Amino acid sequence: MQEGKGQKRRRGRWLNRLLSLHGVLGYVFLYAPIVILVIFSFNASRFASDWRGFTLHWYARLFGNEAIAAALKNSLIAALSSTLISTVFGTMVALAMERYNFWGKLPFDALLYLPIIIPDIAMAVMLLLFFVLTKVGLGLITIIISHVAFNISFVAVVVRARLAYFDITLEEAAQDLYANEWQTFRRVTQPLIMPGILGGALLAFTLSIDDFVITFFTAGPGSTTLPLRIYSMVKLGVTPEINALSSMMLLASMVLVFLSLLLQRGGGGGIEIA
Amino acid sequence: MAAQPRSRRETWRILFLVSPSLVWLVVFFLIPLILVFAISFGQRGTYGGVKWVLNLGSYTRFFDPLYLRIFGRTLYIAGATTLICLLTGYPLAYFIATRPPQWRNPLLLLLMIPFWTNFLVRTYAWILILRDQGLINTFWTGSLHAGLQQLSSLVPLPIWEPLLRGTAHPLALFGTDLAIIVGLVYGWLPDMVLPCYAAIERFDFSLVEAAQDLYANRLKSFLRVILPLTMPGIAAGSVLVFIPSLGAYITPDLLGGAKTTMIGNVIYSQFMAARDYPFGSAISFVLMAVMLVGTLIYFRMGTK
Repeated sequence: MQEGKGQKRRRGRWLNRLLSLHGVLGYVFLYAPIVILVIFSFNASRFASDWRGFTLHWYARLFGNEAIAAALKNSLIAALSSTLISTVFGTMVALAMERYNFWGKLPFDALLYLPIIIPDIAMAVMLLLFFVLTKVGLGLITIIISHVAFNISFVAVVVRARLAYFDITLEEAAQDLYANEWQTFRRVTQPLIMPGILGGALLAFTLSIDDFVITFFTAGPGSTTLPLRIYSMVKLGVTPEINALSSMMLLASMVLVFLSLLLQRGGGGGIEIA
Repeated sequence: MAAQPRSRRETWRILFLVSPSLVWLVVFFLIPLILVFAISFGQRGTYGGVKWVLNLGSYTRFFDPLYLRIFGRTLYIAGATTLICLLTGYPLAYFIATRPPQWRNPLLLLLMIPFWTNFLVRTYAWILILRDQGLINTFWTGSLHAGLQQLSSLVPLPIWEPLLRGTAHPLALFGTDLAIIVGLVYGWLPDMVLPCYAAIERFDFSLVEAAQDLYANRLKSFLRVILPLTMPGIAAGSVLVFIPSLGAYITPDLLGGAKTTMIGNVIYSQFMAARDYPFGSAISFVLMAVMLVGTLIYFRMGTK
């Protein structure tokens, strides 16, 4: 019996080590491609996968590339406008869904969730068909329209999560102190759900600037965004410029992630009374 | 205080809050959705447009062996991706959930960072690794081949011959089903780990002690206690991986070859190349239906 227990414990330790090894390998798998990409963006070699010394040449070329600058501009216009529109609309609809019951709420709720569930490619096809049949010329406007169509849902989900923890008595207290509805919203509700609104906006911005499939189908000539530009570059062949551009996009995504984490941490605090 | 009998004012307020999103979603989501459904029963016009006649041809074309093979491959790739994600993701989730509490959030964050970066960029990174002149094959036909050559000149044995022949040419990785599966696993692994983690983290490990007190061995207590109780996490993770894998477009397009198309690529080519909108719509609609059913199953399991 004693011996059996010792053996069992030894086997347990062995299993634990295997689990830890698996954990480490898992993280290596997740990070290796990204690290390799960044390393290669500094590689002096033009073609091969061997290391020929450190260079910033590809980054310099990237910043001098006008097509990429134009694509970045398009991406920023599309992302900022769709974020602005979807954040306002999404917040409004979140308030309505959390606060009130109304006729047709349930089917509307389903409609609100559908753009999140539906596969990118299906939504892209739907929108392309719609724009083609209504003879709306494809371009930045159609990209923005499409991005708003999926972003409203994401913003609404994030803001609703925040509203679910909202203490309604705070609004009642404000109204007892003769604040009108608009004052109550501006001074009490909005500051309290601000982390949710900002979190939703940041998510919308990230989704919009990263989107490839839906943008690909709804873009027209002259409205190439950054992901579309990368795609067409990749299709032509692997070059160090793509590595540099991809590394810059990785950096931008990480900045956005840390920004949203900071916001979430900042949002944990109580009400600020001005 | 809470106004039970609705005032006219409140009705206006709800209308004001809901209508912008409602209008947007109806015009730019619901109507296009209905349009796709309607067009899937139409017929391709001579010059690529749509002829509005009732026609089931787009749906019967699914049974064309060419498309059946593509659907079969898509199911196989999505299934293999889900299985691999489960077999690697569950132990990873278990690893994270059994670390000391102060480690868990940083480990989860570390898991999510690659997930939040651009999908196209993450897929592109795998081209650098898998292509013929990529990282793996540079090693395979370079250092490994040269090393074997040296070894064979030092110790002449017949076993070197096939090894040398094998390393003389790059491995066929890029453009295969395997490359697509690797790309998809890389893309969606966190979607498997997170629900599994949530289930394992909630799991009460004193139940395992109880099982072991009742003379269950490690394997039995895992199969009979841990696995069934973390099943909701497994189911959720599987749906979350399977659904996007089924609709994958970028991954097969960039990592696959001409012979490894998936449903997503067929939809693309029907719209952009063949201009057969009815058939493209029919495939999209069937894809959406499959995903909707999957999601419903997921929600049913979640409420259980």
